[in-house]
Amino acid sequence: MIELVPNREFRLPITAECISPNVFEEKTLPEIEALKVWEGNKQKTLGGIFKIAESGADNQQKNNTITIHGDVTEVRGIGSYMKNGEIVIHGNVGLYLGVEMHGGKITVYGNTGGWAGSMMKNGTIEIHGNVGDYLASPYRGSTKGMRGGRIVVHGNAGNEAGAYMKHGVIKILGSAGQFLGLRMREGTIYVKNGCEDRAGACMSGGKIVIGGAVESILPSFTIDSIKKKAKVEEGEDAEGPFYVFLGDLAENGNGKLYVSKTSNPHLGSYEKFI
Amino acid sequence: MELLVKNGFVYDPLNGIDGQKMDIAVKDGQVVESVNERKAKKIDASGMVVMPGGVDIHTHIAGSEVNTGRLLRPEDHFKDHESKTSVTRSGVGRSIPSTFTTGYRYSRMGYTTIMNPSMPPLEAKHTHEELNDTPMVDKATYPLLGDWWFVLEHLASGNIDECARNVAWLIKATKGYAIKIVNPGGLEAWGFGHNVNSLDDQVPHFCITPREIIRGLCQVNKLLNLPHTIHVHTNNLGKPGNYITALETMKCVEDLATGTKPAIHITHCQFSAFKGDDWKSMESGTEPIANYVNNHSHVTLDMGQIVFTDTTTMTADGPFQYGLYGLTGRKWVNHDVETETSAGIVPFHYRRKNYVNAVQWSIGLELALLVKDSWKIFMTTDHPNGGPFTSYPRIIAWLMSRKARQAALKRLNLRAQSKSFLPSIDREMGFYEIATVTRAGQARALGLAHKGHLGIGADGDIAIYNINPEKTDPSQKFKTVRKAFRRAAFTIKDGKVVVKNGEVLRHVDGRTMWLDVQVSEPRGTTDDLKQRFKEYWTVEYENYPVGEGCLTASLPMTVKAQV
Repeated sequence: MIELVPNREFRLPITAECISPNVFEEKTLPEIEALKVWEGNKQKTLGGIFKIAESGADNQQKNNTITIHGDVTEVRGIGSYMKNGEIVIHGNVGLYLGVEMHGGKITVYGNTGGWAGSMMKNGTIEIHGNVGDYLASPYRGSTKGMRGGRIVVHGNAGNEAGAYMKHGVIKILGSAGQFLGLRMREGTIYVKNGCEDRAGACMSGGKIVIGGAVESILPSFTIDSIKKKAKVEEGEDAEGPFYVFLGDLAENGNGKLYVSKTSNPHLGSYEKFI
Repeated sequence: MELLVKNGFVYDPLNGIDGQKMDIAVKDGQVVESVNERKAKKIDASGMVVMPGGVDIHTHIAGSEVNTGRLLRPEDHFKDHESKTSVTRSGVGRSIPSTFTTGYRYSRMGYTTIMNPSMPPLEAKHTHEELNDTPMVDKATYPLLGDWWFVLEHLASGNIDECARNVAWLIKATKGYAIKIVNPGGLEAWGFGHNVNSLDDQVPHFCITPREIIRGLCQVNKLLNLPHTIHVHTNNLGKPGNYITALETMKCVEDLATGTKPAIHITHCQFSAFKGDDWKSMESGTEPIANYVNNHSHVTLDMGQIVFTDTTTMTADGPFQYGLYGLTGRKWVNHDVETETSAGIVPFHYRRKNYVNAVQWSIGLELALLVKDSWKIFMTTDHPNGGPFTSYPRIIAWLMSRKARQAALKRLNLRAQSKSFLPSIDREMGFYEIATVTRAGQARALGLAHKGHLGIGADGDIAIYNINPEKTDPSQKFKTVRKAFRRAAFTIKDGKVVVKNGEVLRHVDGRTMWLDVQVSEPRGTTDDLKQRFKEYWTVEYENYPVGEGCLTASLPMTVKAQV
């Protein structure tokens, strides 16, 4: 197990895609300390900005778990491209957490910046705080959304969570921002509390479940039915009742938007169209 | 500054040198008979291939369209970035690299001259700003003239001489090099939401047909004695069954050719060689095209080869790009350049398992191999439409090795595999032919007397590749070929070593070549003309031309016209 503690308070953005179990494993401590990172426009070594300690068992995959203690809000790209192993972060973390993750697990006891789990293919991310915008969304301009895996957020999420999603599950146990599930094609997004406007804009498939209040539903969605509960993932259902909307018809879409009936009495006027 | 390249295997097709071991001497940026061996800087090229610097006849590298493509696709750049070094600037790359990176990457592959096709005359200043920032290579650009209103009007009224005077003025005003025609008539029609579907369709509001535009501009090209032929992107590009249009386009200028001199260049011919009625029945139409080209001397082609990758398509052919947008459902930029042309940009991913894409891949290579005379077909990818120019080494390997083609073919869509002509083609190009299709032929087609060869008086542009033709059989060791052409051992520009082992050593500004077409009786600047600019263009007549001061390194070439 490797433990990282920031040497000092970071003032400049740090790009450290090397903080990943796949990079660390099979490396000795001095080798890990010599890994290159960018701080602003200067190249530094990982050992120069973090205090790194090795501990725990001496089995073969000894560096398969990374623990970070402290505030790493300025550090970007932690856990990028990781395939297995585990990262635990006690503190807030910056942009691009777990970009294109293929497997393994990341746990954050704090908040994260934008693009957490961007373009991820598999694995699990659990965040015990709030996340920024573009949760699991692809890089700007790209259409490669989340392809698989599981993200659980215990706090709130920003705008455009789950954009271009193609597979997998996102659970947000707080509330979400605007454009939830923008252009999503498949997969499931569950928001326990409410979310802001334009949920499911341009979605062509998949499922969004909103357990709280929404201000309005996009006019390009049509009501289909009322259901008692909605399946979130294997063995977990969200209790309803829910209005089920289909859309986005502007994109010939066939996505399902579940919206809680009890939290949204103002949507009652839709019932006459069922 | 003297330089001596010693003991290389020289391939210089324009001078008929086929792999002879010899020395090349360069003095003050030009190839000379000999230099003082003691004083000269010597480069040991023993066991290496020495060729003239590469020439690319068709590559979209600068201009408003290219730049819009860059803005449209941040996802194209974010994984491919280059940090600055003590000599190079930083930049981002992949399908549409930033200007400096474009120059560096061409130079690393041994290219020294590149041609930017399709410049809307109205965007000439922007294009030249970007060309100024494309270092390491000499370059030129072709203004789009096929749908320019003055051309359409004068051709419709049958006044070829007046049309020629206007074209001469425009080439000089935009600092252009050749006449580019894209989907003649179709772009004007696109301004009204239409297209033309054959050479004999009427262009709305102009009483003219694509056939008349092509023939008219071909005559203008001859009257002005331009070094290159007309550079034509055919009608119906990218539609099944369009090989007939391509054949008709070649046929329609057959009688205008003099002697064996080419009269027309069909660019990215792969996109114009589809047989079939729809996408399901689409197949390769290379045989009739190759047969025609083999039997006629007035045509040159370039491949427009595709490679399987994610790239960005951009052409002035607005209606074609609209069709492509419909097929992909991805992002799309559409633009109508007032009174001149249109433009479209759509990202595209060529996939091996897609039947149509796999057939396209096969078509490009079939064309290159079925056209017997390698002076008639040149290697391009129509960068970035068929793939980025950085994939040239892969195409060279496919052309040189049947084994490489088979290996690539095996991974394609099965139906496309069974229909491909490639397994029946045994031809494998040697280094001599590769030198022809990548530099000598292109330089000859462009009329660049000092480029593409290593004879006395040629520019000191030399590419040296680390591959030994005596020891390596390119047909078997195609991976070695690919590696060698990816990173030139040395690139020499104007007698200076600019690249060594694929690393840029020195920054040089390339020159911008343009034609100073001299007509005996220049077109008058009448009040009527100024008034028309006021009414129809957003730019006033006085602000339209690009001054020579806009070019950092200007290289005018004087041409005496017949009118």
